[in-house]
Amino acid sequence: MNPSMQQKAEAPHIVGYATFVKVWIALVVLTGLLVGLSVTHRPNLALLGLLIITPTKASLVLFYFMHLKYESATLKYMAAAAIAVLIIFIGLTFSDYLFR
Amino acid sequence: MSVSAEPQTADPGSEHAGEHRDYVGAKLGMWIFVFTELILFGGLFVAYGMYRSMHAHDFHKASGELNLTLGVINTVVLLTSSLTMVLSIVAIRLQRKRQSMLFLACTMLLGAIFLVNKFFEWKAKFRHGVYPGSEHLMARPPGERLFFGLYFGMTGLHGLHVTVGVVVMSVMLALLARNRIHHSDFIKLENTGLYWHLVDIIWIFLLPLFYLAA
Repeated sequence: MNPSMQQKAEAPHIVGYATFVKVWIALVVLTGLLVGLSVTHRPNLALLGLLIITPTKASLVLFYFMHLKYESATLKYMAAAAIAVLIIFIGLTFSDYLFR
Repeated sequence: MSVSAEPQTADPGSEHAGEHRDYVGAKLGMWIFVFTELILFGGLFVAYGMYRSMHAHDFHKASGELNLTLGVINTVVLLTSSLTMVLSIVAIRLQRKRQSMLFLACTMLLGAIFLVNKFFEWKAKFRHGVYPGSEHLMARPPGERLFFGLYFGMTGLHGLHVTVGVVVMSVMLALLARNRIHHSDFIKLENTGLYWHLVDIIWIFLLPLFYLAA
């Protein structure tokens, strides 16, 4: 796809059916992996699943299904800021709990 | 295609000359709403995290009582509904109106299946005396009470979002049928998709926190 096309919000390019079907397959496989890791009864593996697989799945939905990958830089920065706020929010609350 | 044969969709510029449209603004507004939803559920996730670290054993034990099979089935149902939602938008942009409506109807059906599964899941819990404020639950350790309180609260709020999504989609289906959403004006459908994917993302986090915590 022509990179200048992606700059124009008025004429966003169309991503075909196949890309989304591939993303869906990846999401289902990752879900299987997540459930598989959690039933091994090894807490470290299950935690790894929670901290890596779950955010990966959410990112796939965010970037492909929600089209963020093809959006303007402004929207990407806004999404990054919103997620940063959420992480600071969670981080500060937990640091308060852990060190009090 | 019947859609492209109609003058209003073939050349929307001349047909809707006086109409004000702001594609970027409409999308930006929806994204800002999505961010507020993220913070809303974020607060609940923080509450979950704090109480889990205080009552790790109780959370572990209570999570084992949830129906993992139903949780995983609902995850696949919701992931698939996100796929059909996005395909519905691709279809309308390719001027395939019937296909777009079919994909949207599939999304609504999958959303309804999710809610039916949730109904049976909650019904089974209620039958065992597990519901907020029940005598049976109040007699259990505080951590288990908190776990089920958060479970009903968070999956309940999520279920409410799914219900709203299905209702909004039924409106979009009507707009598609009346050619009010077409290949050059599909922002309403696109924003509905953004909302639906957000609901999917929230469920992606709810699955490991509630069903896989054991």
